[in-house]
Amino acid sequence: MSDWEKASTARVLPPARPRKLAKVPFVELADGRLQGVVSSGSDIGRVYVSSVEAGGYAFACSTNNNRPCGGARGSFCNHILAMVDEAVLQYGAERVARYLRVEAELTGAAIAAEMMRTRPAQAGTNAAATVFSQFLRHLAYLELAPTTVPLPEMQWFPPTRAVL
Amino acid sequence: MVPADQGGALMRADLLVEPVAGLDEAMAAVDGGDQALVAGLRRPQPAQVAGLRELADAVAGTPLADHVAEAAEKAATGAAGEDHFLALAAARTAVLGSVHDALMTRVHEATGRPVVEPVEATPDGQQSPNLLAAARSWLSDLARTGWQGIDHDLVSGAAQIVSAMLPHPALRRLATLLDGFAAELAASCPGAALDRIPVRRWGDLWSRAMLLTVPGAAGVPATGTVTGRLLPLGVDLHEHATAAQAQVHAVFEPEDGGPPRLVRASVSAPKPDTVVGAGIWQLLRPHMSLLEAVSAGRAMDLTDMPVTAEGDLVWHDENARLGEPADAFVTARVALPAATTSPTAPLDRHPARIAVPVFLEGHTVDGPTFTIAGHPLPVDTDRIPAASPLTPEAVAASGACLGLLRWDAGTFSVQPLAVETAVKKKAVTVHAGAWAGGTSDKVGVKAEKAATDAVTVLRERAGRLLRR
Repeated sequence: MSDWEKASTARVLPPARPRKLAKVPFVELADGRLQGVVSSGSDIGRVYVSSVEAGGYAFACSTNNNRPCGGARGSFCNHILAMVDEAVLQYGAERVARYLRVEAELTGAAIAAEMMRTRPAQAGTNAAATVFSQFLRHLAYLELAPTTVPLPEMQWFPPTRAVL
Repeated sequence: MVPADQGGALMRADLLVEPVAGLDEAMAAVDGGDQALVAGLRRPQPAQVAGLRELADAVAGTPLADHVAEAAEKAATGAAGEDHFLALAAARTAVLGSVHDALMTRVHEATGRPVVEPVEATPDGQQSPNLLAAARSWLSDLARTGWQGIDHDLVSGAAQIVSAMLPHPALRRLATLLDGFAAELAASCPGAALDRIPVRRWGDLWSRAMLLTVPGAAGVPATGTVTGRLLPLGVDLHEHATAAQAQVHAVFEPEDGGPPRLVRASVSAPKPDTVVGAGIWQLLRPHMSLLEAVSAGRAMDLTDMPVTAEGDLVWHDENARLGEPADAFVTARVALPAATTSPTAPLDRHPARIAVPVFLEGHTVDGPTFTIAGHPLPVDTDRIPAASPLTPEAVAASGACLGLLRWDAGTFSVQPLAVETAVKKKAVTVHAGAWAGGTSDKVGVKAEKAATDAVTVLRERAGRLLRR
């Protein structure tokens, strides 16, 4: 076994990189999709729920009230493009490209362009509810009380400066 | 060169490179269990069966023997139930416990510091049997499926359990562990496509989680209170995507004149994954005044602060007030050599749990390694938090280093908590946790501002969307 395989503190997931959250408060690589939530530019009470499937790049964008996004007809809307850019900031372009299975230059614009070039299909709106509830679950972490009782298991989760 | 006056503070690094008798055999038994989990125990192959037998044999002389032998036999035919998986997790934990003890004996010889006898502690009662059972069921499915068989459907089963557990303080330990573990598994799906697997690590996380599903196992109660002076040594930060913990290591001097004692004080919180760097300090800072004292280089005076048998203070701000200035390097040189070490709680005996404050001086630095009296000791600068003035370069230029002695993947290493070094020919000290309580450093202030903005956005979004 390699040292990495026999290390209790082997680093598996790099921490998210810091980014500004105003435009895209939430993005994740999960359930076989790049998915996220994009703030509306005009209405502070509205957000758009966007997603792109890994592999086939089928895309969807709708509001939190389940109204379809006017821009996401036929191709990626600006919300999806913003989500791809912010995912690249948070996870690094390589991880995003690998997850989506895109071979492109490692920038958000190039990854999005390569996906659009394949003329992906529009996905149904099924994912939107899941993504939005994931976002709410994510926000709920801010509401949980801290504790001063020690958590010995956190010894297994050291910080890392390395880019994995 | 070793300074002539060691003051009893320095470490015998030679003892840390000598082989520990029986360690390789014990680790081979652990590997046996870990390898069985790679392909899963639904239809075990002969090599997996042999691995489980090796693990069972390793505990043959212990009270666990019968349970584990039966569990290994059941698992060998693909018929293991939850109790059998629990027995295998217990066997693995027991073997690693013995490795921990052997390593700690070596550490105590190397530091020359006194150890106090264990105190019996009765675990806290713990409720929510349904959630614990749900967690055990998910973990059992993982063991049957194996790391190579994981997929999104299986892994996402943890999310609901974690969400239900997180609000309960008594379940926080297990919830936080499952959350970090499941995130790693989710990012590694499908398991069939993995080109390498963190075999030891996932074996550790799985078996710890399994044991914490036993009601009462996670409770480590306060066994008394302490009154006296707390002299901080440094801050150790832990983080995964959705949780962080800051642990302050310190020397406690009892008011009644008893022997000084090594203690820890911890504060932890769940967090959104976009709260990182300085944002973690901001999240934790309001809940433990000690972090500000550390940044200010001050001691704290404690009155009736609860403490566990392990030397973990269960921090309450109202039991502490800011004390005199206290330089961590003075504490390391003067108070640390005589400070006693508390024994580790039985379930927590694991090599990854070893984090022993040490003071190093007169070492030479060669890349990522300190050489102490001719003996190499790797330096783990990767554990320095992102939001910290301490850099690998400062560590490499250090004349003295305050750190945590650790052990992983077969070797001891030191994690720097603070160094004395020269910046533009001036002697300065740089602490890994210097920004824990806040900072006026230019880079630090910028990081704080960015982190504040991020959390402000999230709170605004939460306020608008969460309670609809």
